[in-house]
Amino acid sequence: MMGFIGALPGAVSQGLIWGIMAIGVYITYKILDLADLTVDGSFCTGGATFVMLFSAGVNLWIALLAALAAGLLAGLVTGLLHTFCGIPAILAGILTQLGLWSVNLAIMGMKANVAINIIDQTNLNRLLVSLRFVQEVSNGNRPFYQHPILVVGLFTVVLICVLYWFFGTELGASLRATGANQNMARAQGINTNFNKVLGLMLSNGLVALSGALLAQYQSFADSSMGKGAIVIGLAAVIIGEVLFSKLFHNFALKLLAVSIGSIIYYVVIQAVVSLSGINTNYLKLISAIIVAIFLAVPYWKSHYFSKPVKKGGAKHA
Amino acid sequence: MLDIKEIYKTFNAGTVNEKTALNGLSLHLDEGEFVTVIGGNGAGKSTMLNAVAGVWAVDEGKIFIDGVDVTGLSEYRRAKYIGRVFQDPMMGTAATMQIEENLALAMRRGRMRGLRTGITKAERERYQEMLKILDLGLEDRLTSKVGLLSGGQRQALTLLMASLVKPKLLLLDEHTAALDPKTAAKVLETTEKIVQRDHLTTLMITHNMRDAIAHGSRLIMMYDGKIILDIAGEEKKKLTVEHLLEQFSKASGSEFANDRALLT
Repeated sequence: MMGFIGALPGAVSQGLIWGIMAIGVYITYKILDLADLTVDGSFCTGGATFVMLFSAGVNLWIALLAALAAGLLAGLVTGLLHTFCGIPAILAGILTQLGLWSVNLAIMGMKANVAINIIDQTNLNRLLVSLRFVQEVSNGNRPFYQHPILVVGLFTVVLICVLYWFFGTELGASLRATGANQNMARAQGINTNFNKVLGLMLSNGLVALSGALLAQYQSFADSSMGKGAIVIGLAAVIIGEVLFSKLFHNFALKLLAVSIGSIIYYVVIQAVVSLSGINTNYLKLISAIIVAIFLAVPYWKSHYFSKPVKKGGAKHA
Repeated sequence: MLDIKEIYKTFNAGTVNEKTALNGLSLHLDEGEFVTVIGGNGAGKSTMLNAVAGVWAVDEGKIFIDGVDVTGLSEYRRAKYIGRVFQDPMMGTAATMQIEENLALAMRRGRMRGLRTGITKAERERYQEMLKILDLGLEDRLTSKVGLLSGGQRQALTLLMASLVKPKLLLLDEHTAALDPKTAAKVLETTEKIVQRDHLTTLMITHNMRDAIAHGSRLIMMYDGKIILDIAGEEKKKLTVEHLLEQFSKASGSEFANDRALLT
């Protein structure tokens, strides 16, 4: 039990970081109504880009921006494969993801993983978030505001504000319309193909940014760090929806629910690991089962437990 | 206002399902004309409307709207000139978005969509005023999701959206066919109101011969991807359903094969 409580701040930090990726997944899965599997590749692209640049002495913010840009590019490829080449979205994502495996290795200099040297104190101090900071803040060796939960939390809030603003603009509204009803969107003069590409870019940009933050947090990037990312993203989106859909109607709050969903997911995983002492190799299997159940429950509810519709419902014709 | 010049469209060319939907169709509409379109199943009515709207490219021929050659323009670019209402009430609106958001999207038809705010305060007040014309009480439900509305309400809203930015051409594709008779009559009445108010050049497909006779300034009948009957002015006012059926048999050499048109 003590082990679990001790591991909580780390689990929450990690959940917050993955929450940014989940918000990216929310944009494609929920807003655009596309299943984009690029995520598993672009997550690592972000991490790899960040670590390589940061280790070469590039400014942290520029390295983060570069990771974001790499993600945008990955999204652009999937978007063009889908719209310009007419490949179904799910397959377009798989193709990009596969290609990115090689690209990611190339970024990391043909190595399966690269690390940031945090033994070097100057390097460590340049970081925005690090697993080390969790310990050092509780020891009193660092000011409280450097705690990853606060830093990533603030990061998430700023991000949600920007997205809230964007999806309220003319362009953002047209993106939502594209996902809601393509026929209607085109009839209203909306370039649905352009919007799909834009949405895929935005989504993968966020995913790569999240990958960069995670690489920074754990101080290394790994070619398989994005494996199963889409499942974690979906888990966060669905957990957030199941728990908060009755409570949160505002768009910004819905994004917040995704982030909280991600935190819950990591806390639950941490609980399973700490309390049952299960071999961590089974984590992916557990993740898959959890997500499958969460996806199945709404379906079962509507098929097997639906209540008959009350009579005299629709009076307004 | 609209000029269709000898357009052809064949679906599934080279297969057993090959179907020539438009067979050298030509049509000219003057500004302000309200044309009703009738014809049996598979006559090419909806195909003609989709060809004008740019849902896909035609095989041959040209289409001009207000003198502009739109033949090569994609659907979303043509939307600048065209307002549309579909047969399926689900198709014309975004169910997961609010009434005012749907209207705001329609308000920006044919304009660059940038990073300006998607809906302004002044707009909201205008929408409230405009929704009153529908007489459905929607003016008090601006922030309701469109998915909560009935089929008739959604069609009426789509109609309002189609005319929000005055279109050069209004295309109505059997927009009352999926509604119950009472609601259909009401939506048709609203259609008449909006078309008259804005003097819209309109093409309205209907399966109801009585509606086709009662509304509009001109009536065309289609058969086999072509126009076989074109009646306007005084002659149209004198039309009866029996007369139309007789004309149809004469022009096509067959019986009118659409029970719906005869029964309603």
